[in-house]
Amino acid sequence: MKEATPENIDTLIACPKCDAIYDVAQLETGERVRCDVCHHPLITPRRNAGLFIIAMSSAALILVMTALFMPFISIHRFGLTKQTTILDAALAFSDGPMIVLALVTLGLIVGLPALRFALTIYTLTPIVADRRPWPGASRAFRLSEKLKPWSMVEIFVIGTAVALVKLTDLARVELGPAFWMFVALVILIFVKDTVTCRWTIWRALEE
Amino acid sequence: MTVTAKDLGLVGCRTCEKVYPMGTKRCARCGEKLISRDHRSLHKVWAWWIAGILAYIPANIYPMLITTTLFRDVESTIIGGAVELASYGAWGVAIVILVASVLIPALKFFAIAYLALSVSYGASMSAPHRHVIYEVVEFIGRWSMIDVFVVAILSSLVQVSVVASINPGMAALAFALSVIFTMMAARSFDSRLIWDTLPKEKDALAQ
Repeated sequence: MKEATPENIDTLIACPKCDAIYDVAQLETGERVRCDVCHHPLITPRRNAGLFIIAMSSAALILVMTALFMPFISIHRFGLTKQTTILDAALAFSDGPMIVLALVTLGLIVGLPALRFALTIYTLTPIVADRRPWPGASRAFRLSEKLKPWSMVEIFVIGTAVALVKLTDLARVELGPAFWMFVALVILIFVKDTVTCRWTIWRALEE
Repeated sequence: MTVTAKDLGLVGCRTCEKVYPMGTKRCARCGEKLISRDHRSLHKVWAWWIAGILAYIPANIYPMLITTTLFRDVESTIIGGAVELASYGAWGVAIVILVASVLIPALKFFAIAYLALSVSYGASMSAPHRHVIYEVVEFIGRWSMIDVFVVAILSSLVQVSVVASINPGMAALAFALSVIFTMMAARSFDSRLIWDTLPKEKDALAQ
């Protein structure tokens, strides 16, 4: 890479974590860049990632919406069965002030992940089709980036595993289809976030 | 010695990495506010930190789970619940819960306070080491929500008809809020401050 000077401001990037500055004018296509100072990944391009990310996000959006109404886990004891969905799990917190917690839980495991998929699809569809970005696309992508840590699907799945261990002595517990859909969702989100190169998307939104 | 955007009289966007001359107010590409070093962010960090600690106290005093059987109600706190699990011999899960709900939150409070103080008053630890602490806090903070999700699943699944009935206690709400406030504290912190040499240290080097 060239030395960064203020004259080449258009091709400079600054690491958001430590402010180290780089000139990316002579970057080869497909080259990955990590910050030398703090090792934060700056540029992580992949060929044809756009369409792949849209496909992953659409699949994830359908998965999360369907899983919401399917049996998540069921418990059997003395011939009695109680089935629960994700919605029931969140609504377990519904007396008085606990309703706040119900909404927070639903937001963290369903609402915000779903919103992120929708925002990603909205941002990338015109870019992949070589059209002008849709109105508010940069705001949509910025929001999606900000919401990233608040999407807690993987934590919920591990939480379910812990709950199972707590219950195994009390009753027979069976995992329903929604649980496996959530496991698939965790994998989809991980792959999608790994192949997303923020720098490439921001540059595409600018053009 | 690495060059930072600030050294060149430039300011980098913390969302999309684009670089502008110092004094530019907003990023033209993504709309983010541009600040070279957000010293005021420390006020936000401390405000969220205090809120997090305040919520953490009731989270440990009040019951997390209320188990109702035919004969009696058992209220268990976070630590009480882990001790009970250990007494069944479920040491693995007891340790997971203790680490996720007690050890990690406590270490997180110390780590965030240390980072904020180190930026204001200088640090004995080097910038790369402090940056690692920052990354670990950012990465691990979300995982504390696991206990709240476990409570949600248990409460929705275990109802009177089956074994007993499990209900969430006030600590679940307090704990969730504590985790969210602490995440906000960590996210408010401008990690670029870690990498600035403090004026005092610069004087020391010059002598």
